[in-house]
Amino acid sequence: MGIRFILMVNKQGQTRLAQYYEYLTLEERRALEGEIVRKCLARNEQQCSFVEHRNYKIVYRRYASLFFLVGVDNEENELAILEFIHLLVETMDRHFGNVCELDIMFHLEKAHFMLEEMVMNGCIVETSKTNILAPIQLMDKAS
Amino acid sequence: MSGGSGGGGGGPSLMDSLFQRTLDDLIKGIRLHTPGAAQSSFISKSVDEIRREIKSTDLQTKSTALQKLTYLHSLHGFDMSWAAFHAVELTSSPSFAHKKTGYLAASLSFRPSTEVLLLLTNQLRKDLSSTNQHEVSLALECLSVICTADFARDLTPDIFTLLTSSKNFIRKKSIACLLMIFSQYPDAVRVCFKRLVENLESTDNAQTLAATVGVFCELASKEPRTYLPLAPEFYRILVDSRNNWVLIKVLKIFAKLAKLEPRLAKKVVEPICDHMKRSEAKSLVFECVRTIVSSFYEYEFAVKLAVSKIKEFLLDTDLNLKYLGLQGLLLVAPNHLWAVLENKEVVIKSLSDVDRNIRLEALRLVMSMVSDDNVIEICRVLIGYALKSDPEFCNEILRSMLSTCSRNVYEIINDFDWYVSLLGEMARIPHCQNGEEIEYQLIDIGMRVKDVRPELVRVARDLLIDPALLGNPFIHRILSAAAWVSGEYVWFSKNPFEIMEALLQPRANLLSPSIRALYIHSAFKVLSFCLHSFLLPHKPATSSSKLVDEPDFTYSESEEETDVDLATTSSSLSKKNAFTQESIVNMLILVLTSLSPLAGSHDVEIQERVRNVLGLAQLAQEEISCDLDNKEKIIDGVALKTSILIRLINDALSEDLGPVSLSAQERVPIPDGLLLEDNLGKLDTICADVELPISESFSLVKPVLTDVDSVSIRQNEESSETSAAESTSLLSEHRKRHGIFYLPSDNNQNASTSFPPANDPNERDNDVEDLVRLTEESLVLKRKSNLSRPRPVVVKLDEGDRLPITRAKTESNDDLISGAVRDVLLGNENSPPPAAPHSKVEKSEIGDSSRRKSKHRKEKKHQNVEESKQKSGGRHGRHKARQRADEGINVAVQIQKPVIPDFLL
Repeated sequence: MGIRFILMVNKQGQTRLAQYYEYLTLEERRALEGEIVRKCLARNEQQCSFVEHRNYKIVYRRYASLFFLVGVDNEENELAILEFIHLLVETMDRHFGNVCELDIMFHLEKAHFMLEEMVMNGCIVETSKTNILAPIQLMDKAS
Repeated sequence: MSGGSGGGGGGPSLMDSLFQRTLDDLIKGIRLHTPGAAQSSFISKSVDEIRREIKSTDLQTKSTALQKLTYLHSLHGFDMSWAAFHAVELTSSPSFAHKKTGYLAASLSFRPSTEVLLLLTNQLRKDLSSTNQHEVSLALECLSVICTADFARDLTPDIFTLLTSSKNFIRKKSIACLLMIFSQYPDAVRVCFKRLVENLESTDNAQTLAATVGVFCELASKEPRTYLPLAPEFYRILVDSRNNWVLIKVLKIFAKLAKLEPRLAKKVVEPICDHMKRSEAKSLVFECVRTIVSSFYEYEFAVKLAVSKIKEFLLDTDLNLKYLGLQGLLLVAPNHLWAVLENKEVVIKSLSDVDRNIRLEALRLVMSMVSDDNVIEICRVLIGYALKSDPEFCNEILRSMLSTCSRNVYEIINDFDWYVSLLGEMARIPHCQNGEEIEYQLIDIGMRVKDVRPELVRVARDLLIDPALLGNPFIHRILSAAAWVSGEYVWFSKNPFEIMEALLQPRANLLSPSIRALYIHSAFKVLSFCLHSFLLPHKPATSSSKLVDEPDFTYSESEEETDVDLATTSSSLSKKNAFTQESIVNMLILVLTSLSPLAGSHDVEIQERVRNVLGLAQLAQEEISCDLDNKEKIIDGVALKTSILIRLINDALSEDLGPVSLSAQERVPIPDGLLLEDNLGKLDTICADVELPISESFSLVKPVLTDVDSVSIRQNEESSETSAAESTSLLSEHRKRHGIFYLPSDNNQNASTSFPPANDPNERDNDVEDLVRLTEESLVLKRKSNLSRPRPVVVKLDEGDRLPITRAKTESNDDLISGAVRDVLLGNENSPPPAAPHSKVEKSEIGDSSRRKSKHRKEKKHQNVEESKQKSGGRHGRHKARQRADEGINVAVQIQKPVIPDFLL
């Protein structure tokens, strides 16, 4: 399984979105998120975007006040994951227009929906922005 | 909005539905309250509301409540397992929005143990066969997260149908879902695998292909051999595809396959190099590099190209690329060390990078360069870095030095004297927290390498004698090893009295009881050694008599030489007249005064050790001091009670301790009538991962205990003078260490000089350039230094010395999957197609039959591969080969492994 989890965390370390592709209990999740956030948020711009943690590799990138953290297994290509994060942000940007933390907070379901289109079972299944957004736009039109 | 509270009671009311807080209201409310008590009380109030609202019969109200709950669960970690049933209920709603909310809640919160899980089966099946592709998609996505063995078994037929869906949107998702199905229910492979392979051949849709390759990449990472027959398909994708995501996955598959089949590697290496040269995408280039250096390292031209790319990465200003470049180098290092040497400057400089991750990679690289030629130089450089680094990285450096040097029973160490003093040096690094490992190695080396013992004792002495070290709890473990070494090998000591003083120094009360006990036991050994040397000087010490057995051991002579040096330089005691009656009496007094207070210690271990020592000391004191005038008598005093006792003790203590094999216990024959496997069998699993402790001390002779009261009386009489002597020696120690706080004194302090200066970090504060130069020398000059001394003998045991990491091979689902895949790939061309997968019974029959058939198919197939060699490549060749295989005559099995196709050749 390539991607094990995707987290979006703000500068204060509050989780804004969490999607796991393997089963962890609530306590395990909380502990894991805490450790990762502490590790990654302490790093600065002069440091690389890859952090090893337990048996995961964390690839992260900061956009404005929001950190996108993706936990992958050791086999995964780090640069490809960075590109994936960028694609995710671009997709959200296209949908929300200048996406910010609040957009994700208030539209958590949509954000999950986009992720579901892009990733299944930890594998990236869709990389076209138009395709990713098509079902959401259809839904918006319907409602 | 605050109408929610109007509902009261248990059930939801109209008011609840009308004035329900929306998700937005909830989020705004949370944001309004400051984090802490106010916020959590708001949240728990909201959860109470949700509990009421969610019972509503109005689906909209229920859906909103579930939405809010999902939000709280996902971001605030609230338990929502109690709402599982409501989520299931919502999935059956005719409204798509409600259905979506229900499925999202299910996929975020359900776990394998969720009770209502099975209630979802029917809804999933209904949605999977829906005509609305978005409903199908919802069900697939949910299934891919929460799939259990039951779901997988029941829904495999539905997924099977979807695999040929005309809508790419559905097809790619059902493919991605397969991975989960396979891992939960390996028998699904027999049903679906063929269709999965067909999707590999479809070139019409890039996303479907990406999903399929993704599945194969995951499957192949577990059991690559099974997927060798599909190499031609992967090869086609590698050459044709222009999708970087797909290419990266295919490269990962080939990295696994190429290791198994050299002919395949030969064929694939060219296209990979083409991608590496041509591609603009750094991710793809890096994947090519990684594939080449990890799986194609025999191809010189490819490796050269990869290394040139790595170099580009290393010199890039992008830190991410630099990090990956270092990682790439690490992969090259085992097979092509030249690549590391070429870039060593970057590597060494990275050791002081601001980014800890980059430093760590650089450290790993430096360690990969270590060999027996340069280990001394590299360790010197690293110690310098360790002193400059922050505590965390400092310990990382020490840890990797320790593990590298001790690898394979100290394989790379030729000069153990150097290594032992390095260990001593590590102990003095202020941040050192690797006490446990250093302790282990000091003792281990002592037991394994006889030749190093004199140096080991010297290092141990330097550590023991330094009162400042006792203040750092992290190195107490090292001190305990030093104490053990000093006691066990005390006959190498130049001045046993000094060691005795160090072992009994007052600051030793900072140690933990177990280590303190070890100190005291070492004091016992030292005391018995001194008494033995004093009372029975004519006889060769038991130690040297033992050493005479070893023909290549030369220390019995050299010892005397060093003693002479010692006598002139530092110590006032030379061995010949070291053990004067006076010195022995003083030592006895020291022992009695310092240990008597401990005789009533609360710690039984300490108490027992102390009583041992006191018993011996008292006995000796009685006989020696009462004959103070008659020295002759004592020297010949073979007949003394003490002498007899001492000889017995000393003989017992000088029994050489060697490393103990981990399986030593197993070799002990089981006595008759002992049923080992009866009840304690389960303990085996519990004890399996416990590292056997090294026997640190043991005594075979239990010394006679004498009356404690008499000790204390005598102690009171003599305490005044001993404490005076003791304090002078400590004072001089202290003065040496903290000289600046003392007034300059004229008289030279000659007591126990040879005191190594503490490490001064500033002295070692070389520039990076210096270090680079230093390593350059050490790395480039690959001189085979003619060792002045041959490498000393290192005792090794037959089996692994430290507990090998045993990983119980479990019959996992992975094996089942690959077994099934192998059957499908190799055999069932003619077996009935899984036409009726909707019936469970038939399905399992198919599985069985294909399993049965595959057995002899495998055999037949072998011969045909040879035939098909001549045939043109591509899939047609294979099909023909298979047909012929089926017609073919039975052939005996030649190889056990599954057949590897050579359609590529």
